Amino acid sequence: MPDLLLELFSEEIPARMQAKAADDLRRLVTDKLVAEGLVYEGAKAFATPRRLALTVHGIPARQPDLKTERRGPKVGAPDAAVQGFLKATGLKSLDEAKIQRDPKGDFYIGLIEKPGRDAIDVLAEILPVIIRTFPWPKSMRWGARSGKPGSLNWVRPLHAITATFGLETEEPDVVKFEVDGIESGQTTYGHRFLAPAAISVRRFEDYEAKLLDAKVVLDPERRKDTILTDAKQLAFAQGFELVEDQTLLDEVAGLVEWPVVLMGSFEPEFLATPAEVIRATIRNNQKCFVVRDPKTGKLASKFILVANIEATDGGATIIAGNVRVIRARLSDAKFFYETDLKTKLEERLPKFEQIVFHEKLGTQAERIKRIERLAAEIAPLVGADVAKATRAAHLAKADLLTEVVGEFPEVQGLMGRYYALAQGEDASVAAACEEHYKPQGPADRVPTDPVSVAVALADKIDTLVGFWAIDEKPTGSKDPYALRRAALGVIRLIAENALRLSLMKVAASALGGLSVQPADAQKLPHDLLAFFADRLKVQLREQGARHDLVDAVFALGGQDDLLMIVRRVEALGKFLDSDDGKNLLAGTKRASNILSIEEKKDKRSFDGAPDAALYSLAEEKALAKAIGEVQAEASAAVAKEDFAAAMSAMAKLRPPVDAFFDKVRVNDEDAKVRENRLKLLNEIRSATRAVADFSKIQD
Amino acid sequence: MTALSVPFALIPIPAVDTVPRDSNPPREPDLTMDASLPAHMRPERSFQGFILALQRFWAEQGCVILQPYDMEMGAGTFHPATTLRALGPKPWNAAYVQPSRRPKDGRYGENPNRLQHYYQFQVIMKPSPPNLQELYLKSLAAIGIDSAVHDIRFVEDDWESPTLGAWGLGWECWCDGMEVSQFTYFQQVAGFECAPVAGELTYGLERLAMYVQGVDRVYDLNFNGREGDAKVTYGDVFLQAEREYSKHNFEVADTAMLFEQFKMAENACRKYLDAGWKDGKREAHLMALPAYDQCIKASHVFNLLDARGVISVTERQSYILRVRELAKACGEAWIHTEAGGAA
Repeated sequence: MPDLLLELFSEEIPARMQAKAADDLRRLVTDKLVAEGLVYEGAKAFATPRRLALTVHGIPARQPDLKTERRGPKVGAPDAAVQGFLKATGLKSLDEAKIQRDPKGDFYIGLIEKPGRDAIDVLAEILPVIIRTFPWPKSMRWGARSGKPGSLNWVRPLHAITATFGLETEEPDVVKFEVDGIESGQTTYGHRFLAPAAISVRRFEDYEAKLLDAKVVLDPERRKDTILTDAKQLAFAQGFELVEDQTLLDEVAGLVEWPVVLMGSFEPEFLATPAEVIRATIRNNQKCFVVRDPKTGKLASKFILVANIEATDGGATIIAGNVRVIRARLSDAKFFYETDLKTKLEERLPKFEQIVFHEKLGTQAERIKRIERLAAEIAPLVGADVAKATRAAHLAKADLLTEVVGEFPEVQGLMGRYYALAQGEDASVAAACEEHYKPQGPADRVPTDPVSVAVALADKIDTLVGFWAIDEKPTGSKDPYALRRAALGVIRLIAENALRLSLMKVAASALGGLSVQPADAQKLPHDLLAFFADRLKVQLREQGARHDLVDAVFALGGQDDLLMIVRRVEALGKFLDSDDGKNLLAGTKRASNILSIEEKKDKRSFDGAPDAALYSLAEEKALAKAIGEVQAEASAAVAKEDFAAAMSAMAKLRPPVDAFFDKVRVNDEDAKVRENRLKLLNEIRSATRAVADFSKIQD
Repeated sequence: MTALSVPFALIPIPAVDTVPRDSNPPREPDLTMDASLPAHMRPERSFQGFILALQRFWAEQGCVILQPYDMEMGAGTFHPATTLRALGPKPWNAAYVQPSRRPKDGRYGENPNRLQHYYQFQVIMKPSPPNLQELYLKSLAAIGIDSAVHDIRFVEDDWESPTLGAWGLGWECWCDGMEVSQFTYFQQVAGFECAPVAGELTYGLERLAMYVQGVDRVYDLNFNGREGDAKVTYGDVFLQAEREYSKHNFEVADTAMLFEQFKMAENACRKYLDAGWKDGKREAHLMALPAYDQCIKASHVFNLLDARGVISVTERQSYILRVRELAKACGEAWIHTEAGGAA
């Protein structure tokens, strides 16, 4: 079966957009083919800085014929209706129609046969539409045609379209179409500098090979492999080790069609600047890799660059040029760093009075004061020294005003640590300057130093409470202030450090520190707690745990100690995995079901203690006794925070519950006995509430 | 354009007589350096020769070679030959040097590559020709940058000027890791869609010249291409000015006067715009250019106030908005003028 080759040749496509564009092209073309009844065998898309390419192989040469039936007017219908039917179906006369009988009468049925079209014609129709509506994140107009409405939008000016279709054994045909004055053909171009001439291509195999001859490596994965292998080798040959960087590799591979890896060096004196700053400078500004000494793990005064040409001088000029730029950049970075060291962190703080954090939440200075207060309050709860926590909160944001962080926002926090150590702060205070931002995401490390923990919690809780107070909560996919991440950070800080903390109290205190007060200030901590519950569920779900158990625990009410919630959920999960747990859950649900039916019937509830005098059967008495014992035992265990013991106690309830349902008829003819037994069922439900609300647990 | 404010020094390219140009013949008709030029006029020897080479190259492409606009501005884009001429349907090809004033970038002459006054070379072609990238690369060849030994790259850079209400897509052009130009396809200027789209090139002249001359410090650039006693450096021409203007911009500029000037320029701009509508009907405008001068003025005064540090973060945004409103109103007036394409 024939194959399609499509190439869209343009001016340089931003590196960050290439992978998605290739994927979009493949998806859009193949989806459309399938929708047109053309089921293909395989497809692969590629991107370089100057082209998007797609090969789809094994496309049927023709669409299958389509037969559809169309119901027409009733036999004997007015002529206008008949004519309309003939026109719609393409039948010459009613003789060509069938007649079908149904309860409403006899109807004409027209059989429409739509012969399949040649795939190449279908392609000529769908490709220009896909090109015109291509989902670039940002696109533009250009050239003389942009003077008129409706001109093509593309990521950068589009210059040529190659589109061929045919069998491996034959000369393929060009899929003929035109987009905004660009006619499809089979001519593309090689490397911008190394082989700029036009190339005539037939199908994917010769296309890829001819491009390679013309110094274009089509497949980004292959370019990445080349870069990585060559970079590692180049580093190794000089006794160094490449500092691998996947994001940078992806980007660099999107900036070259013919990667040539070269190494340059800078003056070792620059290594006195923090390694992270050197790396950020070299990586962000110059898109070069750094290398380290494999023995010490420290950065070496070398960098690796990826050029797009094989230079006639072997790259000497390119290296010399990059060396110059990197030297100038590192001089700037060194200057910034040294300038920063001249000013103490606290001397920067007054400037925060001029910087608005959020128009409704005041300045950064006000925010820092709130975090300080809250950190001092949290410190004793997490075993941190109050003075250190306060000091750390006082200084933690100051590095935002330093030159280095202004230049490289990604080293915020880290620079605070460097500067704090340089001015002789306590090691924990310095660490907190960096770590109070952590954890940044599910994969990030959770700090363990109590000072860091106190400030990290204070920072996050202040943010959450603040945005809750001004009603800027996350909605759907929108979470501009990263509040979900902050909440998850709080959960992880508490759970992984096994902290005991009443979130409600801390939230209420944080709220008290705000200058704005929401109308429903009372409700806010509860709302926020529900948000934490949601985040906890999401986190448990991601870990493959049962998130419905979180609901079962939260439904008990008054639960705001995250650690206890997590522990209880864990114990409950284990219990419900056991046979005792499963059966007790089933028994409890059965009790609940019966109760709700009877409650509805009688339009009353069956609260209150059952009357022991009304028990007539042994199973009733046994159950009543067991409930009393289990409830006491489980509550005592919960009070000691021994949830495993509480669950073991619960397990004891299973045999009497099972026996009760086996032997006892709840709906006794004696109304009093019936009521008493329903009350007993209600007791099962309340007994289990010592550990969780079983009704919230899904089966 | 903003990203060009930090010119970085680059390597010495091999001395020109060692470049084996004959053994490596250009693939295209010779648009590269003119070998017949006397040494002191060659772009890799003299700053002025460098500018002349660019002017000559773009003149060959049919551009009108304009002289700098006679007002202070932060970037060549502010020149009415770009901002206003980018609007409307009429073709327009121009190139010019524009002194760019960035009061905040002054360093008292002490930084080797940061200046409060420097030159941009600006090219605008409307509609953007299909081979604009090729033309750009040839212009680099014309100033001595050979693509056989230099790694030239087009790296994504979307341009936006909040003060001009303008944006476009394009690249920063890299040569061996150094940003040497900005390349933009204007999509919108003064809040109006560009139809057709203009292509804009901005060369950071000092940075490029330092690169081809192989000097690390901007003040060491050879300005006139002469040697010995006859040599005039960039420092001879501008170092004193950098010191004086840095002091002025950061320490002394009269802020009360500047605040007043901002208001005056803003009011004058509005006044000229109102008065310019022919017969009071919003069909034809007779004074878009004088009004726009006041917009340029307001923008520069704002930059001076900003350098003096007397504009707070919140006020800053509102000043930028005020200038943008002027730019938009001027753009609106311009498209109702003859050059702006009004019937």
